[in-house]
Amino acid sequence: MKSDKPTPETTDVKDSSRRDFLKQSTLLTAVAVTPVVAIKAANDHMDEHLAAVFEKMPLKMEVNGKTVNLSVEPRSTLLDILREQLDLTGTKKGCDHGQCGACTVHVDGHRINSCLTLGIMMSGKKITTIEGLAKGDQLHPMQEAFIKHDGFQCGYCTPGQIMSAVSCIREGHAGSEHEIREYMSGNVCRCGAYPNIVNAILEVKDGGFAV
Amino acid sequence: MKKAINVTMPSSAEGMSRVDGRLKVTGAAKYSAEYTMPGLTYGVLVGSTITKGHILTIDTKAAGRAPGVLAVVTHLNSPKVPGDQPEKGKPVPDKGALKVFYDNKIYYNGQPIAVVVADTFERALYAASLVKAQYKAEKHITNLPDNRDKGFAPRGEGVYKRGAADAWQSAPFKVEQEYIVPTVTHNPMELHAIIARWDADDKLTVWDKTQGVNDTRDDLARLFKIPAANVLVHSQFVGGAFGSALRTWPHEVAAVLAAKVVSKPVKVVLSRADMFTSVGYRPFTWQKIGIGATADGKLTGITHEAAGQTSSYENFTEGPVGVSQNMYACPNVNTKYNLVSLDIATPTWMRGPGEATGAFALESALDELSYAVNIDPLELRIKNYAEVEPSSGKPFSTKFLKEAYQLGADHIGWGDRKQVPRSVKQDGWYVGYGMGSGMFGAYRSGATVRAKMMADGTLILQTAVSDIGPGTGTAMTIIAAEQMNIPADKIRFELGDSSLPPAPTQGGSATVASVGPAVVKACTDLKEKFQKLIGNGGEDHPDYAKVLKEHNLPSLEVTSSSDGGNGMEKYAMNSWSVHFVKVLVNAATGVVKIDKVACVSDCGKVISPKTARSQVIGGAIGGIGMALMEESIIDHRYGRYINNNFADYHVPVNADIPQIDALFINKPDPIINVMGAKGMAEIALIGMAAAVANAVYNACGKRVRDLPITPDKVMG
Repeated sequence: MKSDKPTPETTDVKDSSRRDFLKQSTLLTAVAVTPVVAIKAANDHMDEHLAAVFEKMPLKMEVNGKTVNLSVEPRSTLLDILREQLDLTGTKKGCDHGQCGACTVHVDGHRINSCLTLGIMMSGKKITTIEGLAKGDQLHPMQEAFIKHDGFQCGYCTPGQIMSAVSCIREGHAGSEHEIREYMSGNVCRCGAYPNIVNAILEVKDGGFAV
Repeated sequence: MKKAINVTMPSSAEGMSRVDGRLKVTGAAKYSAEYTMPGLTYGVLVGSTITKGHILTIDTKAAGRAPGVLAVVTHLNSPKVPGDQPEKGKPVPDKGALKVFYDNKIYYNGQPIAVVVADTFERALYAASLVKAQYKAEKHITNLPDNRDKGFAPRGEGVYKRGAADAWQSAPFKVEQEYIVPTVTHNPMELHAIIARWDADDKLTVWDKTQGVNDTRDDLARLFKIPAANVLVHSQFVGGAFGSALRTWPHEVAAVLAAKVVSKPVKVVLSRADMFTSVGYRPFTWQKIGIGATADGKLTGITHEAAGQTSSYENFTEGPVGVSQNMYACPNVNTKYNLVSLDIATPTWMRGPGEATGAFALESALDELSYAVNIDPLELRIKNYAEVEPSSGKPFSTKFLKEAYQLGADHIGWGDRKQVPRSVKQDGWYVGYGMGSGMFGAYRSGATVRAKMMADGTLILQTAVSDIGPGTGTAMTIIAAEQMNIPADKIRFELGDSSLPPAPTQGGSATVASVGPAVVKACTDLKEKFQKLIGNGGEDHPDYAKVLKEHNLPSLEVTSSSDGGNGMEKYAMNSWSVHFVKVLVNAATGVVKIDKVACVSDCGKVISPKTARSQVIGGAIGGIGMALMEESIIDHRYGRYINNNFADYHVPVNADIPQIDALFINKPDPIINVMGAKGMAEIALIGMAAAVANAVYNACGKRVRDLPITPDKVMG
């Protein structure tokens, strides 16, 4: 829940007055519509649509090997863009504060918390989410190992754990059980699958699988 | 007692893998907030910023005019919830669930006072920050220890006495101590979420995080006065809950109201901060135990008092003192349980509800007594082993706790434990061993399962149970595969949908024990139907697909029920556990490291070794969190949580946890059900916190009686 903390005056004025402005202004000839049409547009919430166009920025990035062209608000996080706009809901929201790791994805091959990343920062980047880890029907070895060692119960932190686990090996941080535990501690699992997660990572590491 | 016993200790790779594993590791499993539909809108709740009082004014103008906002719903403009309205001729109950947007009264900090609905999440979130309320605040109380004198006995609970009261006081060896379990928050990884959509004036569909689709359906039908058949609840995947999704909460009602106002589907996802105020918690509980024994370690009396917190508008009760009534053979036991009403939200059951709280106190007190009388804590427990249920005299259906004690002790290396604390120090760390034991009722209730054999030989099983993580679908598939003698991959178990045949809410460790027998019954009935089709002399396990083809049938189905069983009439039925822990305590910093854990469960037959092992490990880790780090802290000046996020509310992370040995006695309980399987979820946690606390004392000589055992307390 949002607390009713004070809102910056400027923001408040801008947003609350925009519709009134559209309703009253004759300057709208500048955007080639008559005031009467503009007022009707305001009543129909068209002003919001118009404003929405100006508030958004283009974003071109590659997600799971496909180029996506989006128009996003600068304040939208990569996590919310993935989940709400691209329907890639495998990436999870667990805290929205970078404290739990459920939203872990790979950006140009490195793990990041997508909840702490604004979408517009991703222009030109290559994003891999859990949906893009398998090769078609063939699961990634880490996905296979998580199933084999039961590296989860409810499954909610699992996509983030797996994306982190792959990075953990790629980074060279899977040298021992101890090291794996340290470098996997940014991913919280409330069901308590940690020992199984470690076993899964060890199997992939020791099995010499390409990750 | 050193007899050989067929113990089961599966490795992490042993046993059948989860039937929904592939969906979970590929991100294809859909949780409640992850469904798309035309016209979906987003609701964000606004919480009260005072703790007690009422709203004077609430200004929603700026929020209402913010871009993309469709509605701001408050108590001033909300549609009435019919089920919340007083009924003519019926007295208004003085306590009950919080009524959402009902009036201007504030009962706790963070109580929803508005929901803002917009076309995107970002816009709803921003607009919610523009809602301004002015309040008339009243003096609040949120602190249990300071208000214990306001305690009252809840109806039907309260006082218990067996033998003489306070008999422990005259024992030659005795201990009397107070113990605190603080407020602990479930915090499943999935944020509670709901999508509510009205399909007609009297037809509602929700995708909701719930442990019981039928309970949610019935609650919403009652609140909105529509037929239960018109409410459809989907909850196919639940990202953990541990009790937090056992009831219908205000945000669910708020979403349904908002969907009514905007005539579109509304999605409400709680924030992590909301998870502390909106979906229950394990209540802060004060306890006092007096316990006495003879010189040879026979218990003479236990007195166990507890006071747990609840909200001002609702009484929540659980059973912390129950363990003292039945865990050990003791002639004189008296217990007292009180509630204290505070200006906070209502608590709810959290894994091992009550029993986990009570077991921390009892198992700590027993450990303290073991030092007082100078008897090994394990031996003390064996000396007071209850062969029948002490409170009723009934025989136990099964109890192999003594075997469990021995197994766990052997496994942890209990023989290396020194009776005198601070005896062993290695590289700056004190080494200590501790144990704690747990019990929980083995419950079972009725369930109905539809079993449908398809033309291609696929068996579809359907029932309205939820799976919050333990692997219900996996266990049921294993049962059905054995019954039908078909491979598990030919079975599809469908759940989490209120339109399916009824099943109980997932809680109280009762799912396998309740739904399992219904699966067995459905399989038996389906096989019988095949027999009838084949005629006399048919095989018990025919080639089902072939039979269907021969009879030109697309499928064959049955719907079968099992009841709750009647074992409890003659028997006391429980699952049992014991946890052994080896800890290292840093002599310079007071940091506690869990070095080794062995948990032994006596929960009847183990149906699914792989998922059972995970469940026990998960319970142990939950207990480690409870012991060492978890505490939801309120700043009592404001009545507000100050650590309501994962940076400040600490839960165990990978680096905190060693390999954990999960051992199972794996002997069927012939009374509970046809499989002989009892629950294991609660016992996996109950007793664990005490095992850690006892190990810390054994290591460094510091007895911590108020959880969590943080370094400042160890050093203090």
